[in-house]
Amino acid sequence: MKVGVVTFPGSLDEVDAQRAATLGGHDVVALWHGDHDLRGVDAVVLPGGFSYGDYLRCGAISRFSPVMTEVIEAAGKGMPVLGICNGFQILCESHLLPGALIRNDHRKFVCRDQRLRIENNRTPWTSSYDEGAEVTIVLKNGEGGFVADAETLDRLEGEGRVVARYLDVNPNGSLRDIAGITNEAGNVVGLMPHPEHAVESLTGAGTDGIGFFTSLVERTFA
Amino acid sequence: MPKPEILDPQGKAVHGALPRLGFSGVTDVRQGKRFELEVEGEVTDEVLDQVRQMAETLLSNPVIENYTVHVEDAAVGAGA
Repeated sequence: MKVGVVTFPGSLDEVDAQRAATLGGHDVVALWHGDHDLRGVDAVVLPGGFSYGDYLRCGAISRFSPVMTEVIEAAGKGMPVLGICNGFQILCESHLLPGALIRNDHRKFVCRDQRLRIENNRTPWTSSYDEGAEVTIVLKNGEGGFVADAETLDRLEGEGRVVARYLDVNPNGSLRDIAGITNEAGNVVGLMPHPEHAVESLTGAGTDGIGFFTSLVERTFA
Repeated sequence: MPKPEILDPQGKAVHGALPRLGFSGVTDVRQGKRFELEVEGEVTDEVLDQVRQMAETLLSNPVIENYTVHVEDAAVGAGA
């Protein structure tokens, strides 16, 4: 598949995301925040970082960049979109996903190898995992506390839309230990930990993250 | 302002700092943002409606924040 990885001014992890998508077996297309079309990609990754310097709120300004108009439209038609960390924040600001990410409850930047449970393997980004799989994926964020009102949280849990949950410790104060969620249609996934940093044993705690980048293929041929 | 039910870690940090500086009696601190917008011409209801739209779409995130809009003395801006 052709996977587009968007670079915003202030993105950090687009090169790792491109590499991870390549390792997942995809052709990578670099997209720019100012692009007015998605250049024929089949899926989009919004990478981590500090787009637009996190000014105003994390993701608030990126959400109005030209490329996001295209991403929002394509997501509405079912295109798989994965937002990692800052990308997750952008998806929430875009209202493609419910809730919001706020400053960590302990007020410090956190960087750790985080254990997670994959609770929904029915998305195009998680079908490589067994449901309930426990994985370790690096987490690094300052504003990663997932919040939403109780009704939204109940709906997310009731509809099986919690994609991943923190195990052992809650690293950032996310309500109900939520690390990642999906939209109603299941094609848009937001995740606070960084699977793109966990695809090669040389540079990470393991390779548990590669599943996010191999799932697309398996889904297509399933 | 962050909605009352939303945790405000920055406000908590400020609240924690006050007693260390010898200020007592503050029971809570919430930290928000203030935007000062200067507009052309008179502040009509139409202009105010537009400002509310700006607040709703960009300046605030209605999922976690409340906002209020009010008009400050126009003469101050005009005379400056």
